[in-house]
Amino acid sequence: MNNEYLPFPSQVKEVIRHTDIEYTFRMGFSGDVRPGQFFEVSIPKFGEAPISVSGIGADTVDLTIRRVGTVTNQIFEHYKGSTLFMRGPYGNGFYLENYLNRELFVIAGGTGLSPVKGIVDYFSDHPQKVRSMTLIAGFKSPSDILFREDFEHWEKTMKVIRTVDTAPEGYEGAVGLVTKYIPELSVTDPARSAFVIVGPPAMMKFAAAEVLKLPIPEENIWISQERKMCCGLGKCGHCRIGSTYVCLNGPVFNYAKGKYLVD
Amino acid sequence: MGYQIPREAADQLFGWLAEHYEILAPKVFAGEGCFSDTDVTRYGTVRSLSEIEFDKKSDYSFKEALLPVNETLFYFTEDQETVPAAPGKKRLVFLRSCDLHALKRLDAIYLENGREDFYYKRLREHVLFVLIGCPESCDTGFCVSMGTSQTGDYDLYLKISEETVWADCKSEELKAFFGRLPDGTCAETAVSPEAPSENKETVTLPPSFSEDILSNPVWESYGSRCIGCGRCNFVCPTCTCFTMQDIHYRDNAKAGERRRVWASCQVDGYTDVAGGGSFRKTQSDRLRFKVLHKICDFEKRFGFQMCVGCGRCEAVCPEYISYISLINTLVKEDA
Ligand SMILES: Cc1cc2nc3c(=O)[nH]c(=O)nc-3n(C[C@H](O)[C@H](O)[C@H](O)COP(=O)(O)OP(=O)(O)OC[C@H]3O[C@@H](n4cnc5c(N)ncnc54)[C@H](O)[C@@H]3O)c2cc1C
Ligand code: SF4
Ligand code: SF4
Ligand code: FES
Repeated sequence: MNNEYLPFPSQVKEVIRHTDIEYTFRMGFSGDVRPGQFFEVSIPKFGEAPISVSGIGADTVDLTIRRVGTVTNQIFEHYKGSTLFMRGPYGNGFYLENYLNRELFVIAGGTGLSPVKGIVDYFSDHPQKVRSMTLIAGFKSPSDILFREDFEHWEKTMKVIRTVDTAPEGYEGAVGLVTKYIPELSVTDPARSAFVIVGPPAMMKFAAAEVLKLPIPEENIWISQERKMCCGLGKCGHCRIGSTYVCLNGPVFNYAKGKYLVD
Repeated sequence: MGYQIPREAADQLFGWLAEHYEILAPKVFAGEGCFSDTDVTRYGTVRSLSEIEFDKKSDYSFKEALLPVNETLFYFTEDQETVPAAPGKKRLVFLRSCDLHALKRLDAIYLENGREDFYYKRLREHVLFVLIGCPESCDTGFCVSMGTSQTGDYDLYLKISEETVWADCKSEELKAFFGRLPDGTCAETAVSPEAPSENKETVTLPPSFSEDILSNPVWESYGSRCIGCGRCNFVCPTCTCFTMQDIHYRDNAKAGERRRVWASCQVDGYTDVAGGGSFRKTQSDRLRFKVLHKICDFEKRFGFQMCVGCGRCEAVCPEYISYISLINTLVKEDA
């Protein structure tokens, strides 16, 4: 019988630094994986952490990790020439089929860009597969901006609004919360639109409220939930909300169902 | 197959079983109760029938026979992971009807919810279950209300007195042991498990609750007394949560192990996520989360109620928060 708890070693192939505490680790991995799925990443003797897939290559997956505690500190201090241990991928992830031939809007807050980055990458490479594509990405301040090089690339194929909550005087980019830019969006056919909203819980709540006002039907909105997860396998119980296990049934939910999840 | 056996012969038979199996059964541990000067009845390894507490329901359930409180998943050295060997001996686990029904709940989580759990499955496959009957109801149980007062799903049923032991054996493997008894000691007779027909406590769950259930004032009125100690989860035969824990050894920092340890949804930290966020910050919210899992949410997912009505959580709470009166109040107010 397969022992799901045993992680496999994976080589750190490349490291991309975004900020002092946020790096993308390009890891060796070949197997099926979707944007929005996650791996349990570990350093033996320190622990495991669920981390979303932020990019998918031929034989690699990207993990964009924010340094916040025990495991993530260890990863940042000892990654050079190293292997990390991983198990997964887990969760449902985003099904790209849901967005084909639609007007697609991706709204991301901070590290929430990681789980949706695979969607943005894919439609940036295949722009003919959607009617149009818009990305609104918000960060706390200019020094918190992730994936700077990718933004330059995305701007060539889609409409991009990259905003920061606050900026020092003289900053040239957009300023303000992502919610400020939602009412300005022009949606030609709401019935054939798709909105993907991922970020901290408060950001998702307020952004969804703005999107609904456009008006967009609930079934055309998708969100991704973050909960504490120890197993990713429907066993440890930490991620459960009512009769739903976020690690098995999520983390991606259609808003029509996701709004009924009450912790 | 039912048997009647003189106690002396049964003790001999039990000795053979103890050589062959690790026998886990409720035992009294004097002075170790959670209130001072009280005893606790919990599971331990036994080698003789007389060590087993047949009369009183155990304070802790049998679940640790399948889900150790603290289970090593694997050891690591520099670059190797080693899974500990499964226990060499098969296990015989003594338990009551409510607990045998709880097994179905553990199976639902560990074998059916997503992929099968390696560690649970390899223990589960090597366990035989021995039913202890309940000639009358315990104090806090409401098994009759929950439909768990009777079961036929045992491998062996045993009833003992000082002179005689009655057995109903369904397992071929165990029947062989009865066959080894000297001629004339093992009389075939019809034996069926004793089960209570009523309890002191009753609970009547409605087919479903209203949508207002989440904001019912009962959560606050009961939850405000909860101190979040988690005992109600630890005694419950159907609570299955754990937290992962990595450790390294003090004398060799290069080696260590990954474990899973029992977790409680009533205790701080259960939902903490990076950045200082957490969900269900108050004890009232946590109580709601737990109780609704037991009598509503689990059923939505698996088609049968999670709570088996063993009443252990009712008995263990240091704040005397009555789970039974909570449910009964809730049902009445929600109607
Ligand atoms: C589905 C999912 C996807 C995620 N994707 C990413 C990602 O792409 N990039 C990223 O940087 N982070 C991501 N996280 C958050 C990441 O898992 C936590 O930051 C990480 O577990 C912290 O581990 P640590 O040992 O470094 O911190 P700790 O020292 O353990 O604690 C720091 C903080 O993290 C919280 N935390 C600990 N364990 C978990 C856990 N299992 N789940 C959630 N929070 C936890 C702690 O409660 C504490 O508040 C994701 C979480 C989930 C559930
Ligand atoms: S919730 Fe209480 S009564 Fe129900 S199975 Fe658990 S411990 Fe027993
Ligand atoms: S045993 Fe009582 S006090 Fe302790 S967590 Fe449960 S309800 Fe709260
Ligand atoms: S993460 Fe363990 S049950 Fe979902």
